Amino acid sequence: MNAAAAKIKTSPPAEIILAPPVKTADGFFKFLTWLMAMLVLALVVLVGWTLYRGSRPALAKFGWSFFVHANWDPVTEDFGALPFIFGTFACSFLALIIALPLSLGTAVFLTELAPQRIRQTTITLIEMLAAIPSVVYGIWGAAVLIPWLMQGPYPFLKRTLPFLPFFQGPIYGVCILSASLVLAIMIVPIITSISREVLRSVPDSQREAAFALGATRWEVTKLAVLGYSVRGLFGAATLGLGRALGEAMAVTLLIGNVPQITKSLFAPGYTLASGIVMEFAEANPGMHVSALFELGLVLLLVTLTTNVLAYLLIGALGSRKPSAH
Amino acid sequence: MATLHHRWRKIKSSIISALCLLCATIVIVPLAFVLFDLLKEGASSLDLSFFTQLPKPAGEVGGGMANAIIGSFTLLGLAALVGVPIGVLGGIYLSEFGQPQFNAVVRFAADILNGVPSIVWGIVVYAIAVVPMHGFSAYAGGMALGFMMVPLIIRTTEEMLGLVSNNYREAAFALGIPHWKIVLHIVLKTANKGILTGILLAVARIAGEAAPLMFTALGNAGWSHKLSEPISALPLQIFTYFKSPYADEKRQAWGASLVLVLLAISLNIGVRLIARTRAPHLTK
Repeated sequence: MNAAAAKIKTSPPAEIILAPPVKTADGFFKFLTWLMAMLVLALVVLVGWTLYRGSRPALAKFGWSFFVHANWDPVTEDFGALPFIFGTFACSFLALIIALPLSLGTAVFLTELAPQRIRQTTITLIEMLAAIPSVVYGIWGAAVLIPWLMQGPYPFLKRTLPFLPFFQGPIYGVCILSASLVLAIMIVPIITSISREVLRSVPDSQREAAFALGATRWEVTKLAVLGYSVRGLFGAATLGLGRALGEAMAVTLLIGNVPQITKSLFAPGYTLASGIVMEFAEANPGMHVSALFELGLVLLLVTLTTNVLAYLLIGALGSRKPSAH
Repeated sequence: MATLHHRWRKIKSSIISALCLLCATIVIVPLAFVLFDLLKEGASSLDLSFFTQLPKPAGEVGGGMANAIIGSFTLLGLAALVGVPIGVLGGIYLSEFGQPQFNAVVRFAADILNGVPSIVWGIVVYAIAVVPMHGFSAYAGGMALGFMMVPLIIRTTEEMLGLVSNNYREAAFALGIPHWKIVLHIVLKTANKGILTGILLAVARIAGEAAPLMFTALGNAGWSHKLSEPISALPLQIFTYFKSPYADEKRQAWGASLVLVLLAISLNIGVRLIARTRAPHLTK
């Protein structure tokens, strides 16, 4: 400390040597970093504006009827997005219904029950599950899972629950249910990891208090932990839903890509994302491309709403600490 | 009566614990199946020609994915050129210069970008790069992937710089070092492992993406000699080959999937190793 102070004193007055170049260099550096931060804001505007500009012809021609019209015909250029919106929500909610209990059970297992060693291994394995690319899930689902489902589980569902409208009609293999099952596998890691964070943030004093009252381990979890974190868990589920809504490649390979609205989960469907994947390359410029841009716009708005809601529930919206999305 | 009730409570607790364990097991099972099937279907395709040969014309047996492998790495490099400067410099602004309110807005924007579906990036970059440049190109593909990297990098950079103790900055200011030098040579250097972790995670996330490349990089059956030409990538080639009617192309799609998954997993393990050796003075 003394040596450093002495050195400053003996060197020439600092401002004479350093001031002019420092000021400009500092100013330039600050401006550069500011520009990059602004670019993030600009990207959000760019995405929204580009989709809006692309979909203007379709917006002008179809107006609000685009969202309630169920016909999608590139030949007559008659476009309604309802089958795509229906397929997207049907698939995603079904995937969420399958994935949520499993993820919550796993999160409780990891935070409340598992010993350190098993916890670490399980977390690593779940992270690997998240690392597998969408297109790989797609081909695995189409080549391995669907043939297996068609041999056993699908005919079984049809035989045992013939009174439900969900398991009717011929079984093609590619269908809403197949896409949902693979989507469920894909969103389990994100729901589990956010739920785990939420459960971990419950103070240990809550658990200790419940244990001290003589509660069993489940009662502690139910009263002190889950009760404390309902909101955050809703957020985790919503974030998983948002992930499922925007998924493209896996769904494209599994859902069959037919623009129809059916009650049966064995029937093929279409989603906003898979519609763009399948048709954008071959769409003739004009109304078809514009309608596909509008599908993109709808998809953006749907995922954006879902994600903002999720972040609000988790309490991470614009917060300093990024959550593990 | 009381003991009976007590016993039931204990049994109930055990049953639910067992159910939670069951959930964790069910969740892991698909991973085992996917990896097993990838090895079973894909490993036999990974011979020398897979890594060194170009694809054969449709229907012919043999050939490889050399162009898709090189193409994937080219695209990842281009994406890093777009995503890393925006993310790291933007993160520096948030951590070192920004006002709380402005920062909250940028973070909110980053969170929104993080939720933009990958296929949406595909058509957006198609409209802003492919259409004006009159053609599909590696540039457009790299741009789409690069934009996808930004949110993760900017948020981890800000977080990691925030962990650097203020003592370092104050000591450096006291020595009269210019602010930009303090940031680049002291703050950034102290947090470099954390930032590298963020960058690698971002690369790992985009490495397997096919959707943003479909209408930007497009894919290419041969070599791309210029970055302004369409370029092939492993995820694109997997999608095209899997949909092809020829058995040999399906076989190679499995091989490419195995390569892609190994790449993604090794990136994740690399990140873990770096994170483990994080500088001790960073942990506050």
